[in-house]
Amino acid sequence: MKKDFLLFVAFSLLVMAAPQYFRGGYMMNVLVFVGINTMLAIALNLLLGYAGQISLGHAGFFGLGAYLSGIMTTTFSLNPWVAMPVAAFVVGCLAGLIGFPVLKLKGHYLAMATLGLGIIFFIIFNETYEWTGGPSGLSGIPNLQLGSIVFDSDVKNYYLIWGVTLAVMLFALNLANSRVGRALRAVHDSEVAAQVLGVNARLLKVQIFALSAIICSLAGSLYAHTMTFISPTSFGFNFSIELLTMVVIGGLGSIYGSFLGAALLTLLPEFLRGANDYDIIIYGGLLMVMVMYMPGGLVRGIPALYRKIIKPKGEAGHA
Amino acid sequence: MLELSGITQIFGGVTALDTVTFSIAKGDITGVIGPNGAGKTTLFNIITGIYRQTAGTVLLEGKNVTGFPPERLARLAMVRTFQNIELFGGMTVLENVMVGMHTKSSSGLLACALKMPWSISEERRIREGAAKWLEFTGILDLSEHAASSLPFGQGRLLEIARALAAMPRIILMDEPAAGLNSQETLALAQLIKRIRDLGITVVLVEHDMELVMDICDRIVVLNLGRKLAEGTPREIQENTEVIAAYLGDDD
Repeated sequence: MKKDFLLFVAFSLLVMAAPQYFRGGYMMNVLVFVGINTMLAIALNLLLGYAGQISLGHAGFFGLGAYLSGIMTTTFSLNPWVAMPVAAFVVGCLAGLIGFPVLKLKGHYLAMATLGLGIIFFIIFNETYEWTGGPSGLSGIPNLQLGSIVFDSDVKNYYLIWGVTLAVMLFALNLANSRVGRALRAVHDSEVAAQVLGVNARLLKVQIFALSAIICSLAGSLYAHTMTFISPTSFGFNFSIELLTMVVIGGLGSIYGSFLGAALLTLLPEFLRGANDYDIIIYGGLLMVMVMYMPGGLVRGIPALYRKIIKPKGEAGHA
Repeated sequence: MLELSGITQIFGGVTALDTVTFSIAKGDITGVIGPNGAGKTTLFNIITGIYRQTAGTVLLEGKNVTGFPPERLARLAMVRTFQNIELFGGMTVLENVMVGMHTKSSSGLLACALKMPWSISEERRIREGAAKWLEFTGILDLSEHAASSLPFGQGRLLEIARALAAMPRIILMDEPAAGLNSQETLALAQLIKRIRDLGITVVLVEHDMELVMDICDRIVVLNLGRKLAEGTPREIQENTEVIAAYLGDDD
């Protein structure tokens, strides 16, 4: 327990100190995306890694939060601090309503249903152009403001986004190591055994689906208010798959793993920019190699690799 | 404690159970035996709400619980174990038993995630309670092991500890001795008696006749989906119909 807390404090300090090393504006901007993607990966990981329920439509909830926040603050001139929780509430209720019938499905069928859900959201963002601006996007979304501080620079946005991301992380870490988190993992490992011990698996799955959507919505709202411009391409099927990749590469069922996955998949394209046209091949190749040789994800693979290199004669550690 | 009347289960055209009626007295160890395919596990699945029977009613402590889902039956203090051990493999031994205390705790999603004071104290209570049941079954020293790493015999003990953590008034065990060696089976017999001594009613489906005859207060015999006989171990051993069913009868 104490060790977990210290790890979180150390991680937070590292996050808060990071801007000192990256004085350049561009890297700060990328790190803002790492924060947003970390929130999204954690949201999906709670559903997939803990409860064992797949979703290929999470970009839809992300987009819904962004558009609801965007429309409320532009068309209806609402304060962003009001718009964000309203958006999150609406998305949470919607996910709960959708979750009840959809989460009856298992495995591939659930994947198909959530895939369809994401596509429906994507079509709505594109087609309701009188609200969303359609494919050309929605602009003029106001920045968040706290007293006299306007979050309009990369550094300020960094602290804003990462402040929320750390809160989401702590929230998820607490949840994972609690009565509810254990019940989620129990449903994942053996639904029938969880049920005979009194876990209402159906209700729990819907709850976690709604919570996951709420976190996505929050991330979407923050995205809209930091970018001030949103368009449907950011919330398509490709991004749902990218989120899934982050969760799997980082490590299923690990909150820090979600950060590692999000960081890797956000930073990798930046580092590969030098490779010009070959970047996408290297990117794909690296992901394949990682899944093959680190099936437990980075969070378990890196320590195992470390042990292998440090103690070549010791028994190979499998976490 | 538990009253079954007219339990019938038809799968497609096959009648797996045919108007099975019997009752189980509070505080007894009751064995349900019968040749393979007699419908014992089907009966367990019906009692614990995993299957919905074609016809018949189940009364638990006088309350009609027909068609209740398993999680509701757990809240009414009925739990079960499985023939093939259903452990939560991704969790530690202690965490498995902590899940067993689900019905005996109440912190919701938000209270857990925000670490409310009451959820912290409840967490401590869950941890202590779980450790107590691991001690009861004699596997406390394995607390921090991954549940998936346990050998079969200890996995069985863990599953029983996890079920007991729900503080049941009745526990149903589906072939608890399956896969155990003779020494483990002896220890299991002692454990089941100690569970009965806690005031918990025990029902078990079992093939190990020596175990059944040793520990059961009453025995119900099923054959081809029907109740063949019911009585004390001595009565069952002397019942000619039962002997015929087990040894094979040509008529």
